Amino acid sequence: MGLSAAAPLWGPPGLLLTIALHVALSAPPATPLAPRPQDYCVLGAGPAGLQMAYFLQRAGRDYAVFERAAGPGSFFKRYPRHHKLISINKRFTGKVNAEFNLRHDWNSLLSHDPRLLFRHYSRTYFPDAHDMVRYLGDFADRLGLHVLYNTTITHVTLDRDRQAWNGHYFILTDQKGQAYQCSVLLVATGLSVPNQVNFPGSEYVEGYESVSVDPEDFVGQNVLILGRGNSAFETAENILGVTNFVHMLSRSRVRLSWATHYVGDLRAINNGLLDTYQLKSLDGLLESDLKDLAILKDSEGKFHVTLKFFLEENNTNQSADSITLPQDNSDNFAMRVAYDRVIRCLGWNFDFSIFNKSLRLNSGNPLDMKYPLIRANYESRGSRGLFILGTASHSVDYRKSAGGFIHGFRYTVRAVHRLLEHRHHGITWPSTELPITQLTNSIIRRVNEASGLYQMFSVLGDVVLLKENATAFEYLEELPLLTLPQLETLTGKKAENGLFVINMEYGKNFSGPDKDVFFYDRSVGHTEDAWQSNFLHPVIYYYRQLPTEEEVRYRPPYWPLPRPTAIHHILEDFLTDWTAPVGHILPLRRFLENCLDTDLRSFYAESCFLFTLTHQKLPPFCQQGYLKMQGLASTESLRQHGVESRLLRDYAAMGRHPKASSQEPGDHGPVSAPLAPGSPVQSLDSNKEEL
Amino acid sequence: MSSSCRVFGAGICFVITCIFCKSMANSLPELSPQKYFDTLQPGKASLAYFCQTGSPSTSVFLEELKEAVKPLQDYGISVAKVNCVKEETSRYCGKEKDSMKAYLFRGNILLREFPTDTLFDVNAIVAHVLFALLFNEVKYVTTPEDLQNVENALKGKENIIFSYVRAIGIPEHRAVMEAAFVYGTMYQFVLTTEIAVLESIGSEDIEYAHVYFFHCKLVLDLTQQCQRTLMEQPLSTLNIHLFIKTMKAPLLMKTEVTEDPQQVSTVHLQLGLPLVFIVGRQATYEADRTTAEWVARRLLGKAGVLLLLRDSLEVNIPQHANVVLKRADKGAPLEFLVLHDVELIVSRVENTAHGGEIGENENDAAEEADIDTQDDEVAETVYRDRKRKLPLQLTVELTEETFNTTVTASDSMVLFYAGWQAVSMAFLQSYVDVAVKLEGTPTVLLARINCADWSDVCTKQNVTEFPVVKLYKAGRNPVSYAGMLGTEALLKFIQLNRISCPVTVMSVREAEEYLSGEFREDLASSAGVSVLGLFSPVMTAAKEYFSEAGKYLQGYVITGIYSEEDVSILSNKYAATLPALLLARHKEGRIESIPVAGSRTQDLVQIITDALLETFDELLTAGKVSYFSVDSASGIILSFYRLNSQNGLFVLRLTSLNTVYKYTHCPLFRKKTPVGRGILQAYFDPVPPLPVLVLVNLHAGGQVFAFPSDQTITEPNLILWLKKLEAGLENHITILPAQEWRPPLPAYDFLNMMDAASQHPTRKVPECTKEIEVQENDKEQHEDRSATRKEPAETLRIKHWNRNNWFKAAKKSLRHDKEVICHPVS
Repeated sequence: MGLSAAAPLWGPPGLLLTIALHVALSAPPATPLAPRPQDYCVLGAGPAGLQMAYFLQRAGRDYAVFERAAGPGSFFKRYPRHHKLISINKRFTGKVNAEFNLRHDWNSLLSHDPRLLFRHYSRTYFPDAHDMVRYLGDFADRLGLHVLYNTTITHVTLDRDRQAWNGHYFILTDQKGQAYQCSVLLVATGLSVPNQVNFPGSEYVEGYESVSVDPEDFVGQNVLILGRGNSAFETAENILGVTNFVHMLSRSRVRLSWATHYVGDLRAINNGLLDTYQLKSLDGLLESDLKDLAILKDSEGKFHVTLKFFLEENNTNQSADSITLPQDNSDNFAMRVAYDRVIRCLGWNFDFSIFNKSLRLNSGNPLDMKYPLIRANYESRGSRGLFILGTASHSVDYRKSAGGFIHGFRYTVRAVHRLLEHRHHGITWPSTELPITQLTNSIIRRVNEASGLYQMFSVLGDVVLLKENATAFEYLEELPLLTLPQLETLTGKKAENGLFVINMEYGKNFSGPDKDVFFYDRSVGHTEDAWQSNFLHPVIYYYRQLPTEEEVRYRPPYWPLPRPTAIHHILEDFLTDWTAPVGHILPLRRFLENCLDTDLRSFYAESCFLFTLTHQKLPPFCQQGYLKMQGLASTESLRQHGVESRLLRDYAAMGRHPKASSQEPGDHGPVSAPLAPGSPVQSLDSNKEEL
Repeated sequence: MSSSCRVFGAGICFVITCIFCKSMANSLPELSPQKYFDTLQPGKASLAYFCQTGSPSTSVFLEELKEAVKPLQDYGISVAKVNCVKEETSRYCGKEKDSMKAYLFRGNILLREFPTDTLFDVNAIVAHVLFALLFNEVKYVTTPEDLQNVENALKGKENIIFSYVRAIGIPEHRAVMEAAFVYGTMYQFVLTTEIAVLESIGSEDIEYAHVYFFHCKLVLDLTQQCQRTLMEQPLSTLNIHLFIKTMKAPLLMKTEVTEDPQQVSTVHLQLGLPLVFIVGRQATYEADRTTAEWVARRLLGKAGVLLLLRDSLEVNIPQHANVVLKRADKGAPLEFLVLHDVELIVSRVENTAHGGEIGENENDAAEEADIDTQDDEVAETVYRDRKRKLPLQLTVELTEETFNTTVTASDSMVLFYAGWQAVSMAFLQSYVDVAVKLEGTPTVLLARINCADWSDVCTKQNVTEFPVVKLYKAGRNPVSYAGMLGTEALLKFIQLNRISCPVTVMSVREAEEYLSGEFREDLASSAGVSVLGLFSPVMTAAKEYFSEAGKYLQGYVITGIYSEEDVSILSNKYAATLPALLLARHKEGRIESIPVAGSRTQDLVQIITDALLETFDELLTAGKVSYFSVDSASGIILSFYRLNSQNGLFVLRLTSLNTVYKYTHCPLFRKKTPVGRGILQAYFDPVPPLPVLVLVNLHAGGQVFAFPSDQTITEPNLILWLKKLEAGLENHITILPAQEWRPPLPAYDFLNMMDAASQHPTRKVPECTKEIEVQENDKEQHEDRSATRKEPAETLRIKHWNRNNWFKAAKKSLRHDKEVICHPVS
């Protein structure tokens, strides 16, 4: 299977819950007590559960969080096994913008309390997992979240009831037999079941979850690790210095996060083994499908790798020594050496076991039980009102974005909460309505500071809904992109006059496990090449009307959204600072202008005054500022620059060559507006030789 | 006394020159005085420079003189250097080495002597010499009266070419003199270097030289002014020549054209100017002719205008076309246009006239509008100014930590801005200016916060756009400033916020002080207007409404309230019926009363705001134009006149018209309001002499009417004119363009580029069914509609504008769009 073990590093607790579940199941069921009604039930007090609890609490909702352990975040007490989180804790960015800084803080949850930022909990760039436990504890306490600790939900079932919000209640039963009746169930139990692959000899394999983390136990041994994700490399890293060698076996090639731009792939901090392998030390990486393998234990207790095929050939139980080994046929077989230990680091699966069949919660693929199947709005495909949050919701953007990790799902949780607020409480998606002149500004502001857009690139996007005649717009933040066709029902907003979607994207064909991401011309510097930008950069989609379900479903491959009417890429920027007046803002304005068929330039009051008396219509900026007596005055120095740039007319020197600055036809103030000769409006668009 | 060469005429001069030039080109004959005087021929002009032998200081002059030999010979003037040798002393040979002079002779008569420093270069030499010779042909005037006298004397007789040059001897002067040499017999040339003369004919532009053509020959009525045409090209000999030639051509080239327009050729084409054919019919001949003449008048000097009668023409002209444009470029096809407005024709001609222009504008066509070039004036100016250090330390920079403590500790004004946003940064300059002006007067703490850094603070303060200014005062909700984003307006807001309004006035005496502006004199002067509400003590509701209005207008106007028992003293004095407002206009020393019975808060706010507008006549300067709200008027009378001239008086008297005609008049002081010139230019071509009075109908059709220039602007005349105007008896001079403000330039079409680059475009073509095609067509039609942008389809068919590229692309992309929808059905 070769799935990475990224989940443990960020994933919410759940494993212990599962272990407890087994205990509970084996005990005779207690007599059920009267169910306690609850609007919202959250399963699991890990990062995602607490994050949802926070939003529910702030909104004043009736909710409870159920946690098996005695405190939040118990997963992190054990995992990652070596206690080093690989989510960065960047305490300094040189900026003070709190929203921007969240882009580089991968551990904090969202809250209004600035003390609840992870940088106050650890000074380490890759922090210790125990700090996460401490942080989550504080988060729950400080914010007074309703968490029922030591409450193991052993069974979840459905109770149909027309009165219920969703036509049914979720009935949760805990280990004491106490039942809870929930209108909405939010499952944030993470991935808690170690992924196991069955092959002959798999019983000899030790699991990541239980293998010793003491390097002393590996001194002078030959070690084979199955898997090639972060947990495999983390395990290898720990013992590299004391073993004879470490071999790592996986189905497919290693995926390096810096090549794939996916944080769940192998992070550079763990990849010491790649180094020793390529330098021809004794360690090495091999690719093979685990399902074809078999492991044999010889009389000395050492393990040999062979093929299932040979085992079947010989059928029946023969002693290990008599079974054919690959090297018998091919004497240079790579894994012909005997191993002292075999360790399995194959990642984790969601625990489906507590959910009654009636909930129809499944992975959609019997061969891959990693994630439950959910919709773009994080709701289970099987039952309305059942949402999957946190790591377990990663199926939406697995291997693409950050939805499986704290720094990603803290935003998807917020999105789910906003959807719920509208669905059940009639509160429309929060938005700001602004005049159209602020459109460029709003977009520039968001792409420069928004963290949700940045982390959850290509999954969450901002949406600009245009008002009639495009004189104003509403700005909605961080909507799950693929819910766009249902935008009106999900958010309670109207999208009748066209819309923009603001997304962040890497260049197509830039990222991939086999891609060279350091090639010479990897970055683009000219605005006309912006569409070829490779690094994460803002992309704006313009649609005349909401895309339909069908358009979304049949969108072009590798497109996060269906084909728009027009598209704009803001040129990638080395500093991720998209505020360059000509490099970033000007092309964006031109794009918006051409989509809206209007003129979005800003003008000084003097120009507006001139337009007022020489045109029947005014550009939006003058309408929305000047005509409301809020025109922008120029200062002496600005005026002078204006005259030098020929954007402002020097009236004192006018009249001499009225034609000298006249332009191409159609280049006047309002496009193609024929003006009286020498009208200064022409100069507003005049070309400048210098910049 | 006329110059000798004038007798020969220009043509002959040329011939002579050509004979000369072979032998004598650029060589400066050096002669002894005796020999020189021997060569002088009667009636022939000659310039001689007398110099001591081997004087080095004169070499620069000699270089220039050498240069001048050829051009002067072109005019039949010989040039010589005379060496004053010892044995042959002449009285022209100066006594000292450095005081040598040049002398101009006709025959052997001395016409003028020139100190060498006046002949500083070749242009000066030619200009001075011709100026001296053409003494009669070129009248030099120094006062407007002189010009008027010349004009009066020539009415009905001769046309005038009037030119203004900044100084004698500069290249422009030479150009004028050279033109005068050729055309001096045909036209009276008038030259001035006096700004006042130039200004008297309505031009203020003293930076440049000007040439005007005064059409005096046609004037029969001596009280009428000669029509004037300004030469718009830069002043050069060739351009003057072209200008005069086009002026010489008849207004309508031929009364009617019956031949193929393609074959028609006039002087205009030869001069590189386009021809405009007005397409008419026999049936509407008279009207068409009037139109054509009107167009011709507007295009005088820019294009030739001809009338074309469709019926009498063998060649076919597209049915809708009413104008045919023929460019000067050889082989350029005829353009058939549908233009329903004279202005459209004029602007078309001007826009296509590049080929015909000579001089500086040649590179115009090469200047492609560049979509990567900033065309936002605010963004560009702020960017260019980015390196200037502002005295930012005069304002307190707030942070998340300091924000709350600061705004609660003292009265503070906070500017919310974003460092990357141009409008914010432009306003920050004004904001800092305010801080500079208020330095040392601790009225309010001026603070600012950069929302690009502290976005949370700004969001918490409900700031979602930039820039925003809020005033925080202890015990009050923060107030957002809603005025002009400029120094003066903000300063006034701060000043007026020092008192809380409405002020309760306690006695009649106090009320008088208040109205006279003595109460809080500092504030009253910056406010301009003080409003006093008069109420009898029992009018509690009315008082309450007024108080509310006063609070609402806090910071924008000073309001006071008086409701003592003796209020009748005031109401009687100012003839006010209670409840009433007294409006004291401090600058004008005027007090008005407005009855406000039954007005509620909102009405009162409106009344006061409107009253303020009327007083902003003089505030239409660039910084304060924001108060000019077009919504308040159906038409606006603009009067353009010179400050300090006696014409200013009538404007004030005109106020009486406001009530009758509901026109708001907004005199523009051109000196103070430079933009006024831009407005004038939009209305007139050329700009007529001041004063000018214009009525702009901003809402109903955008027509602009000009008060007849041959009438004096008096109140009765004006009222008469307005009445005629309302009766529809006046013709508008222009119509303001009604176009929407569209994107100034196209954007990059990345979608197209992505398609072009991708080997496997994102479309799925083959399985498209017919059903879907129908839908596609629908959309295409829709698209077509949007592409035409409500312009007449004919115009588009004939001419493609550049900006349509985007829409073509958009159309294309829409097609892809549909192809995406057309996914395989199976």
